[in-house]
Amino acid sequence: MSERPIHFHFRGAIRQLDGVAPTRTVLQYLREDVHACGTKEGCAEGDCGACTVVLGEKVDGQLRLRAVNACIQFVPSLDGKALFTVEDLDGLGGLGLTGLLHPVQQALVDRHASQCGFCTPGFAMSLFALYENHAECPSRRVIGDSLSGNLCRCTGYRPIVDAVPLAYAQPRVSVDRDAVLAALDELAALPALEYVGAGRRFSAPRTLPELAAARLAAPDARLLAGCTDVGLWVTKQLKDPGDLIYLGAVEELKAIRADAAGLFIGAGASLTDAFDALTAFEPAWTELARRFASLPVRNAGTLGGNVANGSPIGDSMPGLIAMGAEILLQRGERLRRLPLEDFYLAYQKTALEAGEFVLGLHLPPPPADRHFRTWKVSKREDQDISAVCGAFALDIRDGHIQGARIAFGGMAATPLRARATEAFLLTRPWSQATVIAAAQVLAREYTPLSDMRASSAYRSRVAAGLLQRLWLEHREDDESGDGAVPVRLADLEDTL
Amino acid sequence: MNAPDPKPLPGVGAGLPHESAHLHVTGRATYVDDIAVPAGTLHAALGLSSVAHGRIRVLDLSAVRAAPGVRDVIVAADIPGINDCGPVKHDDPILCAGEILFHGQPLFAVAADSHDAARRAARLARVEVEPLPAILTAAAAAEAESWVLPPVEVSRGDTPAALAEAPHRLRGEIQLGGQEHFYLEGQIACAIPGEDHTLRLLTSTQHPTEMQHMVAHALGWRVHQVIAECRRMGGGFGGKESQSAQIACIAAVLAVRSGKAVKLRLDRDDDMRITGKRHDFHIEYEAGFDDRGQILGLRLLLASRCGFSTDLSGPVNDRAIFHADNAYYLDAVDILSLRGLTHTVSNTAFRGFGGPQGMFAIESVIDDIARHLGLDALAVRQVNFYGDNAGDSRNLTHYGMKVEDNVIGPLVAQLASSSDYAARRAAIDAFNATSPIIKKGLALTPVKFGISFTATFYNQAGALVHVYNDGTVLVSHGGTEMGQGLYTKIRQIVAQEFGLPVEDVRLSATDTSRVPNTSATAASSGSDLNGKAAQAACQAIRGRIAGFVAERLGVSQDAVLFAAGQVSAPGFDAPFAAVVADAYRARVQLWDAGFYKTPKIHYDPVTMQGRPFYYFSYGASVSEVAIDTLTGESKVLRVDILHDVGRSINPALDIGQIEGGFIQGMGWLTTEELVYASDGRLATHAPSTYKIPAVSDLPRDFRVALFDNENVEDSIHRSKAVGEPPLMLAFSVFFALRDAVAAALGPGARPRLDAPATPEAILKALNGGAL
Repeated sequence: MSERPIHFHFRGAIRQLDGVAPTRTVLQYLREDVHACGTKEGCAEGDCGACTVVLGEKVDGQLRLRAVNACIQFVPSLDGKALFTVEDLDGLGGLGLTGLLHPVQQALVDRHASQCGFCTPGFAMSLFALYENHAECPSRRVIGDSLSGNLCRCTGYRPIVDAVPLAYAQPRVSVDRDAVLAALDELAALPALEYVGAGRRFSAPRTLPELAAARLAAPDARLLAGCTDVGLWVTKQLKDPGDLIYLGAVEELKAIRADAAGLFIGAGASLTDAFDALTAFEPAWTELARRFASLPVRNAGTLGGNVANGSPIGDSMPGLIAMGAEILLQRGERLRRLPLEDFYLAYQKTALEAGEFVLGLHLPPPPADRHFRTWKVSKREDQDISAVCGAFALDIRDGHIQGARIAFGGMAATPLRARATEAFLLTRPWSQATVIAAAQVLAREYTPLSDMRASSAYRSRVAAGLLQRLWLEHREDDESGDGAVPVRLADLEDTL
Repeated sequence: MNAPDPKPLPGVGAGLPHESAHLHVTGRATYVDDIAVPAGTLHAALGLSSVAHGRIRVLDLSAVRAAPGVRDVIVAADIPGINDCGPVKHDDPILCAGEILFHGQPLFAVAADSHDAARRAARLARVEVEPLPAILTAAAAAEAESWVLPPVEVSRGDTPAALAEAPHRLRGEIQLGGQEHFYLEGQIACAIPGEDHTLRLLTSTQHPTEMQHMVAHALGWRVHQVIAECRRMGGGFGGKESQSAQIACIAAVLAVRSGKAVKLRLDRDDDMRITGKRHDFHIEYEAGFDDRGQILGLRLLLASRCGFSTDLSGPVNDRAIFHADNAYYLDAVDILSLRGLTHTVSNTAFRGFGGPQGMFAIESVIDDIARHLGLDALAVRQVNFYGDNAGDSRNLTHYGMKVEDNVIGPLVAQLASSSDYAARRAAIDAFNATSPIIKKGLALTPVKFGISFTATFYNQAGALVHVYNDGTVLVSHGGTEMGQGLYTKIRQIVAQEFGLPVEDVRLSATDTSRVPNTSATAASSGSDLNGKAAQAACQAIRGRIAGFVAERLGVSQDAVLFAAGQVSAPGFDAPFAAVVADAYRARVQLWDAGFYKTPKIHYDPVTMQGRPFYYFSYGASVSEVAIDTLTGESKVLRVDILHDVGRSINPALDIGQIEGGFIQGMGWLTTEELVYASDGRLATHAPSTYKIPAVSDLPRDFRVALFDNENVEDSIHRSKAVGEPPLMLAFSVFFALRDAVAAALGPGARPRLDAPATPEAILKALNGGAL
C-alpha cells in the first residue's frame, strides 16, 4: 500500500500534513505547528474541554458536526474530515467580513458568560456544535448534555446555559454545508490512508477485509478507535503505542442494526450513536447514556473501544452483560462470539487473540417481563468515573424471579456478574425479604478495592443499595402505584 | 441601609461586559502560552520526587542530559542566587536541596527544544533516596508538634468559667477538606533575556512584583534588572499569588544560563502535584449556650495542614481566627490555632484565605447547638448575630474591632422572606415524613467577611494614567486580571472621571516597569485599592485640564465639567479630545500617577488586636437539597442568595463573582476531594479524579440578588469587595445536606458529616460515622 500525507479540510481548504509523528495531537498541531492559539490546553486528558474543536464528517449524505477534545485526538484521525476551531466561528455564514460575532459568541458576551476566558473557546465550540445540530433552541437538559465535557471554574455555568436561548434569538447563521461536503467528497476519493511519520505507521483501512488483513499482518500494532484512552497513554504516560491501525475509517464497523434478532452495534460506532441505539432498544439506558463520560468523549469514543479496553470501571459493560450481550470477534475470516462476561479474563486481560479484533456486540431481544436497570454512582453527575456501576435484568413472572442477570463495574478487577446473587434470586418470590437476603449474598460476592474514588466498604453498601433501589422501583406491592414517593433523586427532577 | 443613588452614573454602575469578553469568545485573548516567542525559545519541564520525605543519595541525570533535544539541566546548586521562593520565610526551595520534603517536589529542571522533549527527558532521572518518616496530616502534625509557625491563641473573657456556668454544653469535631484551585490555565512563565543582564518575564501571576523580586533573588540580581508582566490569567483564585514564583524562577534561571527565552508550562498533573492548595483543617470545639442557643462560651481548636513550608500559612491561619466569629458575637472565646508542618504540598492562598475555614467552624457549632436544642438553625443564628447599633455591647469582635456596618440582621430577614424559608421548612418536613429513601434538607447561612489585607502594609496601590493628545486614555495599575473583571471596573472608574465612553479608555498589561511595588491582587481588594489609585491619578489630570480651561475662560475650576465626552463650562462646550489637544500644546501635563492607602486600619500582630479590616461585606444564602439514603448521592434543588456589594460598580460582574464563588464553594464542600495515598502521593492529580462542579451541578433554581446597601466607608464609589465573600455562601449547601442526613436519622440527631460531603461521606454520616 502506498503511503500518502494526511488530508483534511481546514480553514476553507484541503490541508496536507506530512512528517509528524502519528501520535501528534490535534491540539499540538493547532497550537505549536500552525499557531492557532484560540484552542487551549487545560488538562491534556479530555476532561476539561478547553481544547474542544468540532469535526465534520459526511454521514448518510449529510454533514455531521460533532465536538471532540483536540488534546487527545491524533492528527492522522483527521484524515478525510473537516476541522473547525474557534477561529472559524466568526467567519462562518459570511459574517467574517462584517466583524460580527457568531450568535453563540455574541450571546456569551451579552450574558457575561466569560470571566477568565480560558475555557470560553471550548464552550463556544460545544455550543456551536449544539447550534448547528438543533434548528430550534433545545431543552435545558440537552444544553446541559452538550456542555457536560466543558469545565468552567469562574462563572458557575448559569450565564453560559442562559446564553443558549439568546443565541437562538438572533438571526440564524450556518456553516456552508455544501462547500464542506464538496471538500469531504474530494477527500473521500483519496485512497485509504497509509501514513508513516517519525518511524511509526498509521494504517486506516476502509473495509472489513482490509482491516482483517491488516490486523493479521500486524498483530502487534495497536488498534485505535476514538483515541479517548490511547490518547492519554501518549499525553500523560508519554508512552509510544507503536504502529497504529485506525478503525475509524471502516464504515461497516460503524453499522447499527435493530431487528427481530435483537440489536447489533458495530465496534466502531461512536458511543453517541451506540447509546442512541441502546436507549431506543431499552429506555432504561437513558440516564447512564447521558452520564457516560461527556459528549465530546462519547462523540469520539466507541462502544467497541469501551468494551475491548476491558477496564474494570467501564460503564457500558455491566448493562451489556446483564442484557446478555455477546461480543463478536473476527480474526482473518474467522468469526466467533462469546458471552461478553467471558471476554474478561483478569485485570485488563481479555480473550482477544493475536490478530483478532472486536467486530461488534449483539443483544438479544428482552422478554416482555424483563425488569432492566443500569445505574452509575460517582462523586459528580457529569463526566465522572463510577465508584460503582450496576446493572440488573430480572425476569419476573407471577411474582417470582424466573431469570436474573446482575453485573457490576468498580467491584472487581473486571466487569463481573454477581452469579451467587443471581442464583439466590432465581425462583424466589420478588419481595423485600428476598432483596434483603440477596443483599447479604451480594455483600459476600465481591471484595472491591479502596481507591481515590471510594472505599471498599462504600462500594459494597452501594451495590446493595442499588439492589434495594431496583426493588423499590419494581415492587409489585406498591400501594400508591403512582410513584409519588420518590426513590431516586432523578424522580425529583420532574417536580422542579 | 441607605437608599441607592437614583441616578446611576454613566460608566460606573453599569453592567458592562468584561472588557475582554469579545476576545474570550473568539479565542483572541492571549494568555502567556499564546504570546509569540522569540526564535529558539526553549521549553522546560520538571523532574519530581516520588517520596514524601527523604534524603537524596543519588541524582543521576546523565540520561536526562542525553535525551533528544535537551539543552540544559539544572539542580539546586545551579541556581546562581538564593534557592528560595518563599513569600514570607525562606523555607521554600525552588529545587530540592538534598532533603525531599513532599511527594512531587521538583528535584531538577530540563530545558529542551520542545515541551514534549522536555517532559520526556524529565522522566529519565535515576534517583536513589533514603526515606525518612513522613508526617502527612494536620492531626499527625499536631500530635508531633510539627509546626511551620508557633501556635497562636486568641482569647476574650473567662471562657472556662463561661463554659462551666452555661446551661448547655456540647463538644464536637469535624474534618474540613482542602481544595485544588483548578484554574483552567495551569502555571506558566516565559522568561526572555534582554540586553545588559536584564530579563522580561511573562508570567501568569496575581503578584507581578513578588515574581520580579523572587526572580531577582534567584538570579542573584537586583530588582530593577527584571520586568514582570501579566496581561491576564486563566484563573487564579489565590493559586497564583505565591505559587507562580517557583515556575518563574526556574524559567528565569534556565533563560539566563542559555541566553534563550525559556517557557515553563506545567502539565496539569504536575501542576496539581507541585502547587499548594486550600488548607484542610481539623476542628474541635466546646461550646456553652443558653436555652435559645446563644453562645456564652466557646473553646475552638483550628489545626491546619500547612505543608512542607510556611508560604502564606501565617496570614491564612490568622484569617481563620479572625473569621471564627462569622456574623456572631462571641462573648467568652478561646481560639487555638495550630499551623502544622507536614510532608505535603505547601498549602497557600485560596479565595477566602483561611476565612472560610474559621467560618465553617462556627457554623458547625451553631448547627450542632440548634440540633441539640431542637431549634431551627436559623433562629439560633439570629440570636447570635452581632448587635446592629453603635451602642450595642454585642458588636465588638474577639480581636477588638467594633462592627460598625452590620446589616446581617435585615439582610437575613429579607432573604428569609424572599426565599419563603419558613413555609419551605414546613414543606420539607412534610415531604420527609412520607419519603423514606429520598430526604430533603434546608439551610440558611450568613456571611460576614472582613475586607483588607491583614498585613497592613499591603493595603496600598498605584496607578499610572496617560491621556494621549488625541483624547484617548491608557491606564496601568498594580492589580492583575484573573477573570474577576478588575480591568473592566477600572476602565469604568477612569471613564467616569473624564466623562468619556469606556471605549476611549484602554488598560495595559500589568507591568512592574509601569507601576512598581504592587501588592498581590488578593484579599478581594483589587478594585478597592487600584480603583482609588486610578481615580486619584485621573483627578490630578482632570484638575490640570480644568485649570487650563478655567484660566482661559476666566471661570472657577469647579465650573468646568467632564461629561458625555465633552468638557464644558458656562459658555463653553468642546469635545474632550479637542480640549486635550489644546492643553497639550499649552504644555499641560496629561498623565499622572495615583496612589492610595487604605485609611483607619491597624492591628498588632502579636496580640492580634486592632482594626485589621476597613469594612465588612455581608451576604446570606438558602439552599434546598435532597439526598439518596441508599447511595449518599445528593442534588441541590434550589438556591437563593442575597449579597451585599455596597453600591455596585458593575452589577453584572458582581453577580458573576457571587454565582461563581458560590459554585466554587459548593464544589469545595461536596465533590472536590483531595485524596492522599498512604505514601503521601496525591491520588487525585487530574480532572479525571478531582471533580470540580460541572454544568449539571448548577442548581436548577438559582436566584441571586444584590442587597441594597452603600459602603459606610469611603470606598471607591461606595462599593464593596466581592471576590472572596460569596464563596462562603455555599455553606448553606453543606448544612442543608447535614439537615437532610439528620432528617433521615430522626429527631435530635447530630450526625458527624465531614467535608467534602461526597456521596461516601453522606452515606457514612447516615450510617453513624462508619461504613
